[in-house]
Amino acid sequence: MSEVIVVTSGKGGVGKTTTSANIGTGLAILGKRTVMIDTDIGLRNLDVVMGLENRIVYNLVDVVEGNCRMKQALIRDKRYPNLYLLPSAQTRDKSAVNPEQMMKLVDDLQDDFDYILLDCPAGIEQGFKNAVAGAGRALVVTTPEVSAIRDADRIIGLLDAGQMKSIHLIVNRVRHDMVRRGDMMSVDDVMDILAVPLIGAVPDDEAIVISTNQGEPLAGTDTAAGQAFMDICRRLLGEDVPLVLPNVSFGIFSRLTSFLKRA
Amino acid sequence: MRYSRTSVLRRKRSGAIAAKRLKSLLAADQTGFPPEVLEMLKDDLFRVISRYMDADASRLELFVRRSDETASEEDDGCPAALYTVIPVRSLRLKGTIA
Repeated sequence: MSEVIVVTSGKGGVGKTTTSANIGTGLAILGKRTVMIDTDIGLRNLDVVMGLENRIVYNLVDVVEGNCRMKQALIRDKRYPNLYLLPSAQTRDKSAVNPEQMMKLVDDLQDDFDYILLDCPAGIEQGFKNAVAGAGRALVVTTPEVSAIRDADRIIGLLDAGQMKSIHLIVNRVRHDMVRRGDMMSVDDVMDILAVPLIGAVPDDEAIVISTNQGEPLAGTDTAAGQAFMDICRRLLGEDVPLVLPNVSFGIFSRLTSFLKRA
Repeated sequence: MRYSRTSVLRRKRSGAIAAKRLKSLLAADQTGFPPEVLEMLKDDLFRVISRYMDADASRLELFVRRSDETASEEDDGCPAALYTVIPVRSLRLKGTIA
């Protein structure tokens, strides 16, 4: 049996696809048989971030509609033989698939993989419902911004209501220089506000832009973001990896409120 | 941009502003109450506390936690709990009451 993880956020543009690509790559590096599923039907992107866009023949909708077998649609990664991508369809829309079909799709992959990673589309409509349907665990990606955190809170509420068993937070694009001078919320502040356990924080790193340009995820490389994603993967496997981010909080009262919220 | 020394010291850092705005925003989102109703509630809470001690209205916080996070035997059956943090400048009772 595999663990099924959905990467979601509510707001678009916070780094869901980058996070999916890097966590998928990281899990593969750690020796896990991993498949990434791009569930963003109509706005396919995970293939491009992985650098696999030229190898697509069949897609998720083809599998669901029975136009091909699962094995024909799965694309093996360029670098890691235990990593696969099931690409999304670019010329269809979200209504092409329903949650039941998605659950069956995930179920068909259970025997062949240790980890099934679902890259969720932005929003809270059909695409979100499809992506979370088969998942037992959710990673909510946010950035330290008011709009992203507000949407993350909405998503967490929906995941709670949908009985999601495990919900963890990833704070992406943290700029320590700005946190230090008080012009960005710290990881602690974001955790206090959302009251969801943290699984990792990823620094804002220009290496991410370069990696996306090249179509090669950073996990496994000697970059700040690459290291942060590898740490997240190790925590997913149950390892106790300490968080090394410098945390600056806004004084005693934010500490007190966080204490009260945890109590 | 140039700041005089006093304006730099006086400027409230935007990270703290963001955190404060988010807390009221999420309280409104989660309760479904309009933000102005929550402001009224905060004002009332502040007024009550201020009768007894020197509270700091600018830092009063109000937030909601869903029941699965607050679950305990006492609040059994409640879907959510309302929390407030009211910083006080001094714990000494105000003269008129003492």
